[in-house]
Amino acid sequence: MNVTKVVDATGMACPMPIVRTKKAMETIDTGEVLEVHATDSGAKSDLTAWAKSGGHDLLEETEENEVFKFWIQKG
Amino acid sequence: MVKTMTVETLAKRIVNNEDVFILDVRNEAAFADWKIEGESVRILNEPYFNLLDGLDPVIDQLNKDEEIIVACAKGGSSQVVTEQLDEAGFANAYSLEGGMKAWSEHLEPAKIGDLSDGGTIYQFVRLGKGCLSYFIESGGEAAIVDAARMTEVYEKFAKERNVTITHVFDTHLHADHISGGRKLADAVGATYHLPEKDAPDAAFDFEPVEEEKEVQIGNTTVKVHPVYSPGHTIGSTSFIVDNHFLLTGDILFVRSIGRPDLAGKAADWVGDLETTLYKRYHELSHDLIVLPAHYSFQEELQNGTVTARLGDLYQNNKGLQVENSETFRKMVTENLPPQPNAYEEIRQINIGKLNPEIEEQREMETGPNRCAVEG
Repeated sequence: MNVTKVVDATGMACPMPIVRTKKAMETIDTGEVLEVHATDSGAKSDLTAWAKSGGHDLLEETEENEVFKFWIQKG
Repeated sequence: MVKTMTVETLAKRIVNNEDVFILDVRNEAAFADWKIEGESVRILNEPYFNLLDGLDPVIDQLNKDEEIIVACAKGGSSQVVTEQLDEAGFANAYSLEGGMKAWSEHLEPAKIGDLSDGGTIYQFVRLGKGCLSYFIESGGEAAIVDAARMTEVYEKFAKERNVTITHVFDTHLHADHISGGRKLADAVGATYHLPEKDAPDAAFDFEPVEEEKEVQIGNTTVKVHPVYSPGHTIGSTSFIVDNHFLLTGDILFVRSIGRPDLAGKAADWVGDLETTLYKRYHELSHDLIVLPAHYSFQEELQNGTVTARLGDLYQNNKGLQVENSETFRKMVTENLPPQPNAYEEIRQINIGKLNPEIEEQREMETGPNRCAVEG
């Protein structure tokens, strides 16, 4: 996958993972992809809901060694 | 710093039926699954991520003169939103400390009644989860039934009353919440009682609960009398306390009845559940006061307690009005609500086979309990 930018929100609690993701999203163009890393368990459902409400596409998500990774395409 | 409110303060308000307005800033799915409830509670949901750039999505629905309690999952996002409210001139905005996680753990004690020898029985209401546990005090001793994971609450309560916890009971192997029974018994040196049929391969020692094997609390006459009442689990046992109170566990609730499927044996246990509800309980005094281990509906909580006369439940509880076995079987095996969060892991913890970190335990317990079937 062609990732434009990576957001490292590991170790951060709500609302920081979303705040960082939102800011980064504002810097990329429609169709470009953001990769987000987070460890807060709440980030998973919040990022999914946030992406949906913002019209972005959550392309893929994984969980490895307690780190959640998300790939979100700007809508 | 924004103003905050503790879950203790919020619990008192709700139990006292004071008007409460909550702005829940979790995502919509989390809100739909589980929220703060109460007859005097008004609640508005708007995810915090829609409020990061301003309060526009909700501003028309808020009143500057009114107290606003902002709640989120763990108490972080609610602080950010409360700060925004504060800056926008909402002087009575409070962030709920610890969020829904703390709310899920709060236990609110309430006196149920006096015992014949001068002792007292208390109900501990876990408002965030609908779990009920009991503190039976008599002659300087106390017994706890269906203790929650937050065992320090019972220890503190006992200390304040200068009584020693001598017996700890679980009515059955719980699937919806992590039992504090064994931990509490270990901490205070009490005997831990559990129905053996629910824990044939338990990884710890316990005193098996046996029908008719009475346990005395204190040096007077308060007796805890077990009645075998299977159906929610195969070992489920009820306790008659002081010939007046019937602790039904997850078999009979005020407005609903237990579900037989949480150990994967709905078909096997339906008959047991029916026999317990329609024969065993029916043969008991209808003047017994039913004290369940759960409630699911706000109207079941009256003046901070959940109780009902057994005879009244035979009139009003739909789960006790079913005319034939086939209808009963359908009711308790079809159209069941979703199963509680992490219920299989929780059973493994309660039987001593899993022992995750405390943070993981807290995570597993969030969400509603869903142990009931409404007729």
